[in-house]
Amino acid sequence: MIPSALSYTKAGTLDEALAAVAAGARPLAGGQSLVPMMRLRLAAPEGLVDLGGLAELVGICEDGDELAVGAMTTHRSVAADPQILASCHVVAQAASGVGSLVIRNRGTIGGSLGHADPHADLPAALLAAGGAVIVRSSRGERRIEADDLVTSYLTTSLASDELITQVRLPKGAARSAYAKFHRRAIDWSIVGVGVTIGSAGTRVAVTGVGDRPLRATGFEDVINAGGSLDEAVAQAGTGMSPLDDLDGSAEYKLHLVGVLARQAYTEASGR
Amino acid sequence: MSQTITVTVNGTAHTAEVEQRQLLVHFLRETLNLTGTHVGCDTSTCGCCTVHLNGEAILSCSLLAVQADGCAVRTVEGLQQDGVLHPIQQAFHENHGLQCGFCTPGMMMAALGVIEQHPDASDEEVREALEGNLCRCTGYQNIVAAVRSAADEMARS
Ligand SMILES: Cc1cc2nc3c(=O)[nH]c(=O)nc-3n(C[C@H](O)[C@H](O)[C@H](O)COP(=O)(O)OP(=O)(O)OC[C@H]3O[C@@H](n4cnc5c(N)ncnc54)[C@H](O)[C@@H]3O)c2cc1C
Ligand code: FES
Ligand code: FES
Repeated sequence: MIPSALSYTKAGTLDEALAAVAAGARPLAGGQSLVPMMRLRLAAPEGLVDLGGLAELVGICEDGDELAVGAMTTHRSVAADPQILASCHVVAQAASGVGSLVIRNRGTIGGSLGHADPHADLPAALLAAGGAVIVRSSRGERRIEADDLVTSYLTTSLASDELITQVRLPKGAARSAYAKFHRRAIDWSIVGVGVTIGSAGTRVAVTGVGDRPLRATGFEDVINAGGSLDEAVAQAGTGMSPLDDLDGSAEYKLHLVGVLARQAYTEASGR
Repeated sequence: MSQTITVTVNGTAHTAEVEQRQLLVHFLRETLNLTGTHVGCDTSTCGCCTVHLNGEAILSCSLLAVQADGCAVRTVEGLQQDGVLHPIQQAFHENHGLQCGFCTPGMMMAALGVIEQHPDASDEEVREALEGNLCRCTGYQNIVAAVRSAADEMARS
């Protein structure tokens, strides 16, 4: 199908983009979720503001004990970045498994987090890493921790005039990994699990089992109390109630949580 | 809303007034009559519409034409030069890399997106380059063989 009628502007500066968003325009990043939704008319924004010209939103640099990743940095760049691979592996690994290469060439980390699809990989990876986002509006700037970012299906805690400008990745998340299960190479995760073994303990986050990425607190509690991996895996799905759907039954998905948590934890421990 | 855009397609600059909601693939097919770029799905999952935007392989069904304003686009029509097939076209022909041919333009553009930068790409890297491209006919083996052979040929010349 053809998207419904709209008015498009390309922002020349971040201030222009913020003004357009405050006036009701929908931000367009890589367009790899928004344009497909517009083609299906699941989304019909009247106004679009393209962030594609904002060079200041692209790139990765060190800032203290974090990596600062511009919101418009593509999945392909995140997946290949030596600093992210070395210090926050779980996010690079999640980015490398998004859709296909042609999608990773355009899709962005900021777009993925702003979109907050309940099967998306980046929100779960960021949650496992214990990262955050920096959001900006004409009113100022604030930081939102990954734990507080996604609130429900396709919904974040951003106000309607705010844009994600930067993603903050802790450099202490080197021992980390992301494991996903899907049927075809291009598919979204049925379930995906990110694990970080950090100095303050192990964090585990899961996509595909709720309306937003969830911490696997059952698994975390066992491991952080010195329990065995087998015991932790047995508790991995505690508190999660996935839906029965075309991807599989709730029971099957809970089984996947355990299998993938074991896989990601084992991989992270070896790093 | 309409907007005047200039897009350089296969080396030629085209200026046209387009609706802002128009997808790049429809601009290529309907405005420029370049029908080698195919539309195989409504869900950004088949890869038939793959073209290069400023040198990178992308889905032309998932980009608005206005987003390509000022950019360089390369389509399958830009591959052959003066009637001589591009090495990747020759290799698909020689390796039986196509049957019905519907997926072929997208396959070639997606593959070129990787082997032009890395002619020594492994079979695994070639398969990764093509993971977003569906083929209902060949079973993929001959496609990978064709891309391999094209990469070797391009590395030689
Ligand atoms: C076939 C296919 C398979 C896919 N598979 C996967 C997968 O396996 N895993 C996965 O995680 N994703 C997958 N995706 C989604 C894809 O990765 C997108 O790149 C991503 O979800 C959105 O990023 P984008 O840059 O394309 O954003 P867009 O599509 O441009 O925008 C998405 C949403 O975020 C908003 N937005 C964009 N930028 C910002 C910002 N800076 N601040 C606030 N809001 C913003 C937009 O307004 C829009 O609502 C797949 C997509 C397709 C088409
Ligand atoms: S037409 Fe199927 S991915 Fe573009
Ligand atoms: S050759 Fe027929 S779809 Fe690939």
